[in-house]
Amino acid sequence: MPERSEIVRFDSVPELSSNDLEHSQNMLARFRQGDLNAFETLFREHQRSVYGWILRIVRDPAAAEDLTVETFWRIHRAHARFEPARAFEPWARRIATRAALDWLRARRTESGRAATNFDQDVADLSSRSAADPGIAAETRLKTAQAFARLPPGLRIAAVLSVVEEQPHKEVAAALGISVGAVKLRVFRAIRLLRKDLLEQGITP
Amino acid sequence: MKKQDEDRIKQILREALPPVDSASEPSRDLWPAVLRRIDAEPGSELSRLEPGRQNWFDWALLAGLVVFAVSFPATIPVFLYYL
Repeated sequence: MPERSEIVRFDSVPELSSNDLEHSQNMLARFRQGDLNAFETLFREHQRSVYGWILRIVRDPAAAEDLTVETFWRIHRAHARFEPARAFEPWARRIATRAALDWLRARRTESGRAATNFDQDVADLSSRSAADPGIAAETRLKTAQAFARLPPGLRIAAVLSVVEEQPHKEVAAALGISVGAVKLRVFRAIRLLRKDLLEQGITP
Repeated sequence: MKKQDEDRIKQILREALPPVDSASEPSRDLWPAVLRRIDAEPGSELSRLEPGRQNWFDWALLAGLVVFAVSFPATIPVFLYYL
């Protein structure tokens, strides 16, 4: 498991020189006009961070790849609405979050499948020495399964804020809601999770 | 819910779902898949190479509306009212 300090922060963008800035602005303007080469350049620059963001939400590498493709298709489709004066990364992340949310909602309707990857996550975790021995493997498994049953909107807010420790401001921007709404969603997710665990006879 | 209960649930959740490795990246180049997705889109560059295919339905719909309007001219004000 990576150290918390190793987790990439999306706000840690290196400073650009004036030439780089001009080049970047030019690239974004060309993308807005529908230039496919500019779009490919942006794709090459941002595919890894977009994939990483989606993976944090869906926690399934194959699905994250498909959703990265879906996200860049949506980005291409919306190129005329992009404002070059604004940053590309937060805009892409918002579209990626929407695509991941749609995927989670669609999966939720498929009975029983939602918990599968979480079961695998927990099985993997059981073999890791970093796991807290004070928390039983069964508790972790049932927590993961209970988490998979939460409404997708609450899950995204909780997984990004609590598990991935992303700043509330960035989660809010990605979800298109206020910071207060993110905190409320996290609180509701935790409360529902606790209720579900109690119903299963697990006292946290 | 007490603060300590909330913190305990968060701790269990972090244990149940470990953070994703920041070095994660796609297992393959996704650009060809993005291009295929774009080309499959109606009105894309690929679709524009086949102009007869892209909007026959639009023309058929328009023709149907014209025929309907000519056949029943009294319905035109009703349509306009609801537009």
